[in-house]
Amino acid sequence: MATLWNNYRYLFFRRFTQLSILVLYFLANAWGWSVLKGNLSSSLLLNTVPLSDPYAALQMLAAGAVLSADLLLGAFIVTIFYLLIGGRVFCSWVCPVNIVTDAAALLRRKLGVDAISRRQPASRNMRYWVLVLSLIISAIMGITAFEFISPISMLHRGIVFGLGFGWAAMLIIFLFDLFVLKNGWCGHVCPLGGFYSLLGNFSLIRVSHSEENCTLCMKCKTVCPEHQVLHMVGKESLPVLSGECTNCARCIEVCDDDALNFSIRNLAKNKTTGE
Amino acid sequence: MKTEAVSDRRKFILNMARSAGITALGGFIWSAYVDEVTASQLLLRPPGAIKEEDFLKTCIKCGLCVLACPYDTLLLAKPGDNKPLGTPYFIPRDIPCYMCTDIPCVPVCPTGALNESSVTTDKKLDINAADMGLAVIDSESCIAFWGIQCDACYRACPLLGEAISIVYEKNERTGKHAFMKPVVHANICTGCGLCERACVTEKASIFILPREVAMGKAGDYYIKGWDKEDEKRLENAMEIKTKTEISKESAIDSLNSEEELY
Repeated sequence: MATLWNNYRYLFFRRFTQLSILVLYFLANAWGWSVLKGNLSSSLLLNTVPLSDPYAALQMLAAGAVLSADLLLGAFIVTIFYLLIGGRVFCSWVCPVNIVTDAAALLRRKLGVDAISRRQPASRNMRYWVLVLSLIISAIMGITAFEFISPISMLHRGIVFGLGFGWAAMLIIFLFDLFVLKNGWCGHVCPLGGFYSLLGNFSLIRVSHSEENCTLCMKCKTVCPEHQVLHMVGKESLPVLSGECTNCARCIEVCDDDALNFSIRNLAKNKTTGE
Repeated sequence: MKTEAVSDRRKFILNMARSAGITALGGFIWSAYVDEVTASQLLLRPPGAIKEEDFLKTCIKCGLCVLACPYDTLLLAKPGDNKPLGTPYFIPRDIPCYMCTDIPCVPVCPTGALNESSVTTDKKLDINAADMGLAVIDSESCIAFWGIQCDACYRACPLLGEAISIVYEKNERTGKHAFMKPVVHANICTGCGLCERACVTEKASIFILPREVAMGKAGDYYIKGWDKEDEKRLENAMEIKTKTEISKESAIDSLNSEEELY
């Protein structure tokens, strides 16, 4: 039982956080709760603190909209928050699509689809192309381009306000991740993930690897949705510095040898250089 | 070493070309889709909504206006609704805007897509200043125009007697009855849709359209000579005289020319 807890504790916390955020938003709509009102695009925390999606704000800026003070403040708060704790914490701890894609990844491992297509043909830099493209389309068409096709808002808004045909988009992402491309949506395409990757480059909280403890079992690499960030495993004692790491902590909990742990950026650096 | 470097460069160029190609293709499909969903013009927006073009730029699709509405009037466009995804709208025949005096949907908007100052008169929120659309009557299907007595829309209007008035007219068919025809006054109507909701015909004979769709435009050529305000436009008007040569002879000659007669 203790090992079960040890192996899944962060996963449990993550699902708990994801679901409670969803439930809070949902109850704001259904029962008029005022803890978290609105949705992931923009919301009001406890009826006072504005929170807004900084990527949406960026698209609005590109589209040529006049940004209001509330929106700027909200986007600023969110940006600071993710700058500190790791940009893609949004992806693994908040975004509801993560549940869909994680399910696809799990099923992929269980069905052995991974074993058939080892080499991924697509580049993980695609998300940055999509990010730039979204801003270009926003500027040309005078519209927040990604917000009109975003399956993230589609699903989240859908759960809070009514899903419509949104489930079809989720099915497409699920099947795409399951059969076409491993970690296809979150790891390759999603521009919001790309945006938060850029933020995450500066974040303080990092996963840190200690080479002395590593037994090269590679469980961490199997389970990691962005395994390229774990390039140092078994080679060097280094913190994961890539912003593409989602801080999901799956690698930490599957490691039986205590080779991976959370650390604070500068402390970890000093430790490695000090030795 | 050398050959490796060349092949790397080739690979790089090929990869760049490939990415650019995929990006361009994706961009085309993406913008075509966006163009498609934003093309629907017949949407009714919440009170205070700014111009549709700017609204689509500014609305962050958070649904705070929807949450604020006590009557569940406002909806957020879902996938499959064929409306700009996630933006708020309402269908008056289902649930109209009940014109709350404190307009809860407007101040909560974080982006200003619902503009508070457009529904404010004398520093007070004033729902009567709202402009969600304009009621239009189809006089063919409106039974009041047939001579059947009905004033459902007139009675339902929150600006009773101002936005819709009743005009009496003699019914020549019977010779002893009157038509009581509803008339919408565009300068007062807020487009709340209470009349559309109240209309008794199977499909509403009075319905709300966005103002740009419902209204025509006379242009600058015509001036109301009986309206002092309108006449002022003449003061700055530039005089442009057009002269057409008129020949009295040719008018007479035209009657005498033989070919034209046959």
